Amino acid sequence: MEEKERRNGLKKIDWSDAGILIALIAMAIFFSVSTKAFFSASNFSNIARQISIVGICAVGMTMVILTGGIDLSIGSLIGLAAVAGAKMMSAGTPVFAAVLAVLVLGLLVGAVNAACINGLRIPPMITTLGMMISVRGAVYLISGGMPVYGLPESFKVLGQNNIGIIPISMIIMVIVFVIGYVILNRTVFGRRIYGIGGNPETARLSGVNVKKEIYKIYCFAGFMGALAGLILMSRVNSGQPNAGDGYEMDIITAVVLGGVSVSGGEGKLSKVIVGVIFMGILANGMMMMNISDYWQRVVKGIVLLAAVAIDIRSKDKKARADVAH
Amino acid sequence: MSQTILELKDITKVYPGVTALDRVSLSFQSGEVHAIVGENGAGKSTFIKVITGAIRPTSGELYFEGKRVEHNSPQKALDLGITAIYQELNLLKHLTVAENIFYNRYTLKKGLIDFRDLERKSKEVLDRLGVRIDPKMLVKNLSVGYQQLVEIAKSLSRNVKVMIMDEPSAPLTNNELKYLFDIVRKLRDGGIAILYISHRLEEIFEICDKVSVFRDGHYIKTMPVAETNKEELIRLMVNRELTESYPAFAADRGEKVLEVKNLNTELLKDVSFCAYRGERLGFAGLVGAGRTETVRAVYGADPIRSGEIYMHGKKIRLRSPEDAIRSGIVLIPEDRKQQGAFLHLSIKENMMFSFAPEIAGVLGILNRKKERELCREQIRALSIKTPSMDQLVKNLSGGNQQKVILAKWLLMNCDVIIFDEPTRGIDVGAKQEIYQLMNELAEKGKVIITISSELPELLGMSDRVIVMAEGRITGEVKASDVTQEDILRYASAV
Repeated sequence: MEEKERRNGLKKIDWSDAGILIALIAMAIFFSVSTKAFFSASNFSNIARQISIVGICAVGMTMVILTGGIDLSIGSLIGLAAVAGAKMMSAGTPVFAAVLAVLVLGLLVGAVNAACINGLRIPPMITTLGMMISVRGAVYLISGGMPVYGLPESFKVLGQNNIGIIPISMIIMVIVFVIGYVILNRTVFGRRIYGIGGNPETARLSGVNVKKEIYKIYCFAGFMGALAGLILMSRVNSGQPNAGDGYEMDIITAVVLGGVSVSGGEGKLSKVIVGVIFMGILANGMMMMNISDYWQRVVKGIVLLAAVAIDIRSKDKKARADVAH
Repeated sequence: MSQTILELKDITKVYPGVTALDRVSLSFQSGEVHAIVGENGAGKSTFIKVITGAIRPTSGELYFEGKRVEHNSPQKALDLGITAIYQELNLLKHLTVAENIFYNRYTLKKGLIDFRDLERKSKEVLDRLGVRIDPKMLVKNLSVGYQQLVEIAKSLSRNVKVMIMDEPSAPLTNNELKYLFDIVRKLRDGGIAILYISHRLEEIFEICDKVSVFRDGHYIKTMPVAETNKEELIRLMVNRELTESYPAFAADRGEKVLEVKNLNTELLKDVSFCAYRGERLGFAGLVGAGRTETVRAVYGADPIRSGEIYMHGKKIRLRSPEDAIRSGIVLIPEDRKQQGAFLHLSIKENMMFSFAPEIAGVLGILNRKKERELCREQIRALSIKTPSMDQLVKNLSGGNQQKVILAKWLLMNCDVIIFDEPTRGIDVGAKQEIYQLMNELAEKGKVIITISSELPELLGMSDRVIVMAEGRITGEVKASDVTQEDILRYASAV
């Protein structure tokens, strides 16, 4: 019986899910043909560095969206982490202490988001929109609107060095994905995230303190945002006040492209990674082709709309199939 | 005056597994108030929905003013002059009375809404009803009684010929009710046919001309109100053959497990009761009597204003379902899809949802071998029919879904299991299995609390029945020496 169940589990590969993978491959081929600079080891390592920021945040964002929420404040939090970290380090705070402080700051921002959602009952979209604006304001206040330089040499390792040919930031992203995967698939917390997302009332009546779980989820997302901010700061070797500006949209698009339903409860982290790579290659390829930043924005916006439209369509189809069933 | 305006012939409505209406033929006359009575599930709502076009009957014909109505739809019914006023009022609370009455039928002046004309016409309609409401008032500022009058005015403004009133008296105070009756008489004298649905039998004798009885999807009979009485109506409503049987059970009641003292919530008033080890306790009452509210309060799902709850003689504090579960109280809610199961998750994930922390190791990582073992045991013990424990719960039948929810609680160490409508939407065979499981659990010493709107089920599956009406306990009876009529009498507080 065990054997049979396993096989059933394997058989569940749904080929309709392969669409994003096919699109990814087609896009990579297109860029390889269109521009010589795209298909090279140095560019791939470049892409890896670029996607690690979005990728790390995407793990937290996946959890948030699985509960039916959203976190628009993540881009501003990246900026806050970068500027606050740079400020501390340039003032001579030991690297270890500064990193710890920035990670705690990330947890705090997540906790404030959750407090507004739980306590004040402000919808996640509005809560995190407000936080996005306020946190960005704080970033400019801390930095005085100017980049913060003077980071210790040792801190460069995080964002600029490789182990073999693999960038350290990429390795961190992979570790974060593994942790996220274990949480979502193997832990009590993960089960509760899926439960709350699909049916919060059932979760509550099953004895789960939904508010407590919401705190944990937004804190986790905040922690990841702070981690991503530190990596970005190391990569550009400074704390830029506009760091992470607009990243929330790339992150959300990657997660939705990865098949996580915007209405919550459904989605797999294993597919989110494909969405992250898709967004990374799209941005990099367009840059290599010298497409202007303005056009890049137009394209990214359309990709987000398309991803959500596909999600809704597949839901409708499933619903119809269920009725027919 | 009294000519037939609406006639239904051989209306049948079949849902998968249930015949909601079975060849019902009935006609209605202009200028008459015609009551429709029956228990929950007798087919009244389905019948109304057929008339208003909300659902299409499986077979049967509908005639309006002698002409056959084909492909009835809500819009078509409205155009014919058939309107319905439901217990849940259908008003846009943030708009004015006038805007509500003429919603989507505005008079335009140069492409803009002519509010002055709207208000003038609304006033006309309200005057016809003899109601004094300022058409400019926002609906949300009116009392429920007045809101209902706005709804009636809305119907009236549409040249209504048949008006259906579904439990119109439920939210009203006594004075408002008198006022409503005046209005109903006025409408009747104006030649409108009124279908009046109510659980309160005394109202029928006050306001209606005729009464039709429904039972189990069948039309039973129509009588002039003057030629019948409450006792006869109750007898006709409940007098059914027992088509279902209930497994035998030898009641063996032990010590007191649960005690509830003077429970008060928004709806409940001084509810007190006890439940004993191995006992099957039932809660009877009409919809809105407070049965579900009682068990939800005892489960910590709704806030309590005052009152005390004891488990095994120890006072417990309930702030959430979490607390109740820890004290050994679990609930299987009436709304299986919205509150009981996670339809989008697998059988395994549903079953283990609450128990998961018990089999988690360091960092909350689940012991998957143990998990599969436990699930397999439960699937076998409750004979859940599924190819695999990874099957999504939405693909299971209602009976199997209910068993999955039960399995979730059996894994927890519970003493009191509350079943709210345990067999709603479940086919006959699976019902028997659920009953059997409930009895086995009681034999093992659990307290089984059941709420059911189906009286035969409630009497078959309880040793003792508590009857509620309007948020209070109005009676307590032993299930073995009580009839359905007795319970209905307590429940309608006759």
